[in-house]
Amino acid sequence: MNTITDKLWRTICGSTDLVTDSGISALLTNETGDEAQIAIFYIPNSAEKIFAVGNYDPIGKANVLYRGLVGCINDEPVVASPLYKQHFSLKTGQCLQEEQSISVYPIRIENDQVQVLY
Amino acid sequence: MSTDKQLLNKSKIVVVGNGMVGHHFVEEMSKHEDYEITVLSAESRLAYDRVYLSSYFAGKTAEDLALTTPEHYDELGVIFKTNAKVTNIDKLAKVVTTESGEAYPYDKLILATGSYPFVPPIPGGDVEHSLVYRTIDDLEAIQASANVSKVGVVIGGGLLGLEAAKALKELGLETHVVEFAPQLMAVQVDGGGGRLLRKKIEELGVQVHTSKATNVIVAGDKHRYKLSFSDDTELETDLILFSAGIRPYDNLAREFDLEIGARGGIVINNQCKTSDADIYAIGECALWNNFIYGLVAPGYNMAKVAVKDICGDEAEFTGADMSTKLKLMGVEVGSIGDAHAKTEGALTYTYENQPEGVYKKIVVSADKTKMLGAVLIGDTAEYDTLLQYMLNEIDLPEAPEGLILPMAGDKPTLGVDSLPDSASICSCHNVTKGDIIASIDAGATTVADVKSCTKAGSGCGGCAALVKSVADNEFEKRGVEVKKDICEHFAYSRREIYDLVSVEKIKTFDELLSKHGKGLGCEICKPLAGSVLASVWNDYILKKPHLSLQDTNDTYLGNMQKDGTYSVVPRIAGGEITPDKLIVLGQVAKKFNLYTKITGGARVDLFGARVEQLPLIWRELVDAGFETGHAYGKSLRTVKSCVGSTWCRYGVKDSIGMAIELENRYKGLRAPHKIKFGVSGCTRECAEAQGKDIGIIATDNGWNLYVAGNGGMKPRHADLFATDLDDETLVKYIDRVLMFYVQTGDRLQRTSTWLENLEGGLEYLQDVIIKDSLGINDVLETQMAAIIGTYQCEWKTTIEDPEALKRFKPFVNSDKSDSNIQFVTERDQIRPAREEEKIAVTIIDAAVETV
Repeated sequence: MNTITDKLWRTICGSTDLVTDSGISALLTNETGDEAQIAIFYIPNSAEKIFAVGNYDPIGKANVLYRGLVGCINDEPVVASPLYKQHFSLKTGQCLQEEQSISVYPIRIENDQVQVLY
Repeated sequence: MSTDKQLLNKSKIVVVGNGMVGHHFVEEMSKHEDYEITVLSAESRLAYDRVYLSSYFAGKTAEDLALTTPEHYDELGVIFKTNAKVTNIDKLAKVVTTESGEAYPYDKLILATGSYPFVPPIPGGDVEHSLVYRTIDDLEAIQASANVSKVGVVIGGGLLGLEAAKALKELGLETHVVEFAPQLMAVQVDGGGGRLLRKKIEELGVQVHTSKATNVIVAGDKHRYKLSFSDDTELETDLILFSAGIRPYDNLAREFDLEIGARGGIVINNQCKTSDADIYAIGECALWNNFIYGLVAPGYNMAKVAVKDICGDEAEFTGADMSTKLKLMGVEVGSIGDAHAKTEGALTYTYENQPEGVYKKIVVSADKTKMLGAVLIGDTAEYDTLLQYMLNEIDLPEAPEGLILPMAGDKPTLGVDSLPDSASICSCHNVTKGDIIASIDAGATTVADVKSCTKAGSGCGGCAALVKSVADNEFEKRGVEVKKDICEHFAYSRREIYDLVSVEKIKTFDELLSKHGKGLGCEICKPLAGSVLASVWNDYILKKPHLSLQDTNDTYLGNMQKDGTYSVVPRIAGGEITPDKLIVLGQVAKKFNLYTKITGGARVDLFGARVEQLPLIWRELVDAGFETGHAYGKSLRTVKSCVGSTWCRYGVKDSIGMAIELENRYKGLRAPHKIKFGVSGCTRECAEAQGKDIGIIATDNGWNLYVAGNGGMKPRHADLFATDLDDETLVKYIDRVLMFYVQTGDRLQRTSTWLENLEGGLEYLQDVIIKDSLGINDVLETQMAAIIGTYQCEWKTTIEDPEALKRFKPFVNSDKSDSNIQFVTERDQIRPAREEEKIAVTIIDAAVETV
């Protein structure tokens, strides 16, 4: 039996499913049936290249962040909420304009597979 | 905060009256510490704006007109009593007493009791529906009376009388103005101007009767009252409104032995002191140099002088300029200085254009070097310039008539640079050019800053344009440049990016970024580049390299709503739709359970589509012959139209046909912002074309083209661009105007602000488009033709592209839907559930799955 604390690198999709300089969403489900929506951004020109954050916009209160535009503000990679345009750091999840933050997930590309640790 | 003991040491200032001038005194006085200010007002309300009194009938409330509030006075530490009429002044003991017997000791007493409307003693005039126009209470009485009246007469054809007539007209009464003098506004306007003013006022449906003295008012036959004039004529009316001038409220001064002028008014000296050294009088109750100033600006000046004098500073009131500029019932009227040319040796120049209803006269000194006065009716464009010539005694140009003649090739303009620092820019608040410069020295960086720190332009507002040009000129001199960089990644304006893309033939954002930008881009420069690339090359916007540039609305080809769902808006060109297609819309909406609403742009909006439903919905719509409506894009939205000559009894041309042709021609065009059109089939203008970016109105001889109108947040009436065009020329001009806008507009700049910021304005645009002054019309037309030739329906392209359809999957690794999107029913349709209405579906889903 797995408990919630057991984190594993799990494959989400293939690297060809990624969209350059843009986002896709994925549904994380673990053995206990918990679900979480994440947004995955692939930015080849950034140092990290790939990011995973929570998909829920705590300000707009909707699962839309993967549809936001990505870019950088003072060299910090960010996604801008498509609803009200606040920026969230893709590295820390911190909102740059308000006292809000989103979760950040470890993510990697292994053998053309996109994997998230959860 | 002050303790009682400290208060005792403070000098006591008692202000009697809380009109505009009394209030201004309080504001100025409260800037100084060590004074305890008490305001005693006989009225029930604190100070309010009487200059804008007539706006009360246009929907403004008493609160809107208020200049202060009890809270504000509390904040200033001002003690105030309303309904407190002063009935006694004990000059020796220095105490005033109110009607209710309360006593207020003073060190300095300020009389700001104002004036009251003069009602001539006409026999029979003191009847129920005989009213005056002065206070908010008066307005309420007028409104009540108008409700049970059909005809109204204003007695008095001066400035206030015409304001009052406007009010009666707006209240729906048949309106008459009766004036004793042979002309209207006899104080400010000369005979010639008066004639034209009368004509214009009569054209607006107000009947004017001059040289009429009212002898008696008796009961009427058809209406409530009958006015009998000295020339044996009569006029029947239901309501009588007196506006025959003002008289100073000087009764306190009379009773308690302050010096009074022969015809009333409390005599004051240059320090605004009355005959008692501790009592001042300011505003309309005061008589200075045998003159009562009935305008607010001189009253404000008196208040400032009194404050300075009390504080021991030197100050003098030395009279005031009575020049005035206003709009009466839509007619522009300006009067400057010696309007009647009474100065000895004065010479005049007059220009009158009867067809256009314009009258302009300037009065100059005998040697033709100085401006003495002016009268402007129908067009006050030159008011600021003429006023500055007079106030600052600037030498006139060789041929002074050029100042008022239209079409004078190079009209001598008075640059703000040539004004001395002492030039008065805002007379209401007595702000000089020097004050504006000082505010910029002190750190003001925008025109708004300048206005808020100097108060310039916040009185009557007539000087707003002048304040802006003085401030702008000063900013320019200091090299303050408004930064046009679009964001931190590109040090260019939208126009510059447009030029870079087209000149260097740049085809992708990456190329643009690596050549001219830095970093990764952002949500500002990416869509901007996407829009420019689309304008220049017109590629399918979701083509791989452009995909990541588009705002979500463009990526998903729909408008994202607050819950993350989208709206679906098919194009219904001109609002014309067959019953069959209308049925399809209904069927699709029903099948996908979409909230359905008719839009303001004459089409149908379907709300609540989940991302994954969009391709399914559009598949059905495209199959039925619909195209995308670009409701999500910064592009052409709708062309609103009436049915025109095809059906309408009044239509003179086929407006709906033209609307459909234009909508199909420009659909898909990417621009700095959205674009709306209107086409009306006749001058009745049912399509509201003059509130659109491009407006077209049919005439007997062709089409009139309007540009740069806007509704919404900042409504703007469109400018008439060209008249009586044939179909071909109309389309050619629109091609050029739109393409020129697309090339030169700033990001998110509608055509209205674009034109307002275009140097040279409408005339320049006409030169470019009609006369081809830049020689670019061929290029503009070729570009437009290329864009029209490469149009594709983005939804049709999308649903046929399996790669593009992947974007619409809710999750890359699951076919589940977003459980956070939930609807409830309201008025038989869905709406997004509010947070507290949502069911925690995630947990239920999970539970079901684990079972």
